[in-house]
Amino acid sequence: MAQDLSTQNTRDVAAPDGEPNRRAISFTPVVDIFEEDNLTVIMADIPGVEPDDIDVTLERQALTLRGRVKPGAPEGYRQLSSEYRIGDYIRVFTLSDEIDQANINADFSNGVLRLELPRSPETQPRKISVKAS
Amino acid sequence: MLQTVFPPLNNSDPFSNMRRAQGAMNRLFDDPRTSGQPTAYPLVNFQAGQDSIVMTTELPGLTEEDIDLTVKDTMLSIRGTYPEPRSGDDVVWHRRERPRGTFLRSVELPFRVSPDHIDARFRNGVLTVEMQRPEDDKPRRIQIKAS
Repeated sequence: MAQDLSTQNTRDVAAPDGEPNRRAISFTPVVDIFEEDNLTVIMADIPGVEPDDIDVTLERQALTLRGRVKPGAPEGYRQLSSEYRIGDYIRVFTLSDEIDQANINADFSNGVLRLELPRSPETQPRKISVKAS
Repeated sequence: MLQTVFPPLNNSDPFSNMRRAQGAMNRLFDDPRTSGQPTAYPLVNFQAGQDSIVMTTELPGLTEEDIDLTVKDTMLSIRGTYPEPRSGDDVVWHRRERPRGTFLRSVELPFRVSPDHIDARFRNGVLTVEMQRPEDDKPRRIQIKAS
């Protein structure tokens, strides 16, 4: 349904066309993926990202999630201690042909990006009636 | 599994590949964002302002109502429960990486704070708690007289 690309591939995606490497670190967001009825749902944790800074792109079968985080502490504040680091998020999935790519739904709330990938009508299981001869 | 994206290859160092592989192995067992030590949950960062300290922590998927914040003297406690993930016979799971269950974390603050001087906000999955230093706890400037 939605397969993770390997890390090697993610590296290429992070710096497309030799774009100068950004100083910022990137993280692979944790995800839940499940299927229900005719939907595959991907939920990705990208806390700290503003809705406008989320970028979901679909190129052929590669679905890329990107979230940009605005840097650090507000004016006049200095870092005292830091247990977790802050950086951009990126993760790439390969979609199968069975996904209706024109009807992907994306929703963002409380730091979680939820993508709903419907199965395309042609591949939905169809009941074939068997006639008795 | 959290993994950092590898930095670009540095061809001048013949061992960089090996180190990268080693790093990748280590990351399999460690969360890179925690520098490897086993830690409490959730992780917190502290910033200092003029007369306040700010604690931030990432709690994606929760709402304001799911988080319980209490303070007693110098102890700040964060408690919460993640919503139950979808279950049922017709749900097929492929990946479950997001946090679940209940957590409690208590953090010792550098000074006593009164609950009236706390400003807590939850935005885009990040909890930000700003705590003002009480008046009687602030460092005071002492005039030095010439004798």
